[in-house]
Amino acid sequence: MRYALLLNYPEAGDVGLSDDDLAAGRAAFDEYLKALNAAGVFVSTEILQPVAVSTTVTTRDGELLIQDGPFADTKEKLGGVFVIEVPDLDQALSWAERCPASQYGVVEVRPVAVTARGGEWITPS
Amino acid sequence: MDHPELSDAGARSRAEAAARASYGRLVALLAAPTGDIALAEDALGDAFEAALTTWPGSGVPANPEAWLLTVARNRQRDAWKSAATRTSTPLDAVRELDDGTHGTDEDMIGAIPDKRLALLFVCAHPAIDPGVRTALMLQTVLGFEAAQIATAFAVPAPAMAQRLVRAKRRIRDARIPFTVPDADVMPQRLPAVLEAVYGCFAIGSATTSGAGVGAGAGAGAGTGAGPRAGAGPRAGAGADTGTGVADPDSLAGEALYLAETLAALLPGEPEAAGLAALICLSQARAAGRRNREGAFVPLDEQDPARWDGALIARGEAHLRHASSLGRIGRYQLEAAIQSVHCERRVTGAVDRRAIRTLHEALARIAPTLGALVSLAAVIGELDGPEAGLAALDRIDAAAAERFQPAWATRAHLLAQAGRREDAAAAYDRAIALTTDPAVRSYLADRRG
Repeated sequence: MRYALLLNYPEAGDVGLSDDDLAAGRAAFDEYLKALNAAGVFVSTEILQPVAVSTTVTTRDGELLIQDGPFADTKEKLGGVFVIEVPDLDQALSWAERCPASQYGVVEVRPVAVTARGGEWITPS
Repeated sequence: MDHPELSDAGARSRAEAAARASYGRLVALLAAPTGDIALAEDALGDAFEAALTTWPGSGVPANPEAWLLTVARNRQRDAWKSAATRTSTPLDAVRELDDGTHGTDEDMIGAIPDKRLALLFVCAHPAIDPGVRTALMLQTVLGFEAAQIATAFAVPAPAMAQRLVRAKRRIRDARIPFTVPDADVMPQRLPAVLEAVYGCFAIGSATTSGAGVGAGAGAGAGTGAGPRAGAGPRAGAGADTGTGVADPDSLAGEALYLAETLAALLPGEPEAAGLAALICLSQARAAGRRNREGAFVPLDEQDPARWDGALIARGEAHLRHASSLGRIGRYQLEAAIQSVHCERRVTGAVDRRAIRTLHEALARIAPTLGALVSLAAVIGELDGPEAGLAALDRIDAAAAERFQPAWATRAHLLAQAGRREDAAAAYDRAIALTTDPAVRSYLADRRG
């Protein structure tokens, strides 16, 4: 079963993290990635840049609208995604608990519905 | 196949007996490989229907449970195979079943594994809305229909049906595993299971116990008695503990079955035994809570001869087992309070000091509104009404504002203190918050 761990947390700039804080954070994530790999459950990850450099695009009102800034202006922002392959929700939950972001944010665990590999749609088991 | 002459009614009663005894076991077993409870229930429903049409002609099979399991698994497999034309996933589940416990009727005798414990943990999983956990247990473990559960919870049937469907879809789609938590996770997960069973008991006993008539009103002291049951579920698969459930019309009887099942499956968990003891000891007094005319009788005025001695003995056995494990908890304390009340059957008296000590301990480790109000009632009995009222005043007023036991207790204490006008006003509040007609008329009598 494939799960996406959606990492939501206040951005570093908003809470005023120092370079040392950031280095410690990176080290924690590095350790987490190694643990996921060692367990054979890691699929992929994307860690996102701050919402300050985000741009939104929509044509839902019939014409193209391009705007700066994130879609939802919340205190905690989507900061990254880990995709893992584990047998069940309990294991996904325990990997979410181990994720460094759970210590200062909220990790949302969502089952993956469909994925694509080599340009083909796949329904993961 | 040795009853070829079996009548339709005979087959029906055999099928119903099998349903009572094994519904939850079969649902748990059928749903475990894929987490699809709805499909398991449908397949089992088909199997029961097949039993009703087949058994009158062919006779009841030697192992009805295994027969039902085999037929239900075939239905499941059919459903997966047709689904497999759309997606490849469920074929794994088919393979898993084919090399698993699948076998002939005769092979299966005594070999059906009991996965109900895993099912109970699924129902009370942290990913499941706490408000639907008790209902899920009643449906999946005991086989009640959504409409019956809706009646017990006093919510519209379609709303309850939708909640249950959503929860089951979530269990399947998020892949909540059918496993019993490891020892390291058990302390996090068990309380939710116990709470859901307790919730079933609180709803059930609300109809019969008049929980919260005030001083020592008995069980339900730990919660604000939940939503009131209109009428307990009756049709369908009920509880079968082998020794007779006190009141088949009461959800409390079903709670007793769930609690004793849980205690039997988790022999090393003192609070599971404590909850079973609490429900046994409280249910044992069910018949005493009404007099012959159906009027409400408060605990201290009940005739102990009308209590169920066998159920009390069973409760005491659970409590002794719980104590032997050496880890105290709220359910054990609540059970111990019930046990002291039940001793009146033998000694003719209630040890108020023991009751007070237990209530104080309960208020320390589980300071629920119910526990605090019960403690105030006991203080009122021992130290006089003014002391009881002072204890009541120390409870957060906002929380107690709509809590019936708080008003009933206050009314009794004010009446004892001779403050008639205040007492009448408190009785009016208590009566307004009471849904049970028998308890309402009891309070109205006291109000005078």
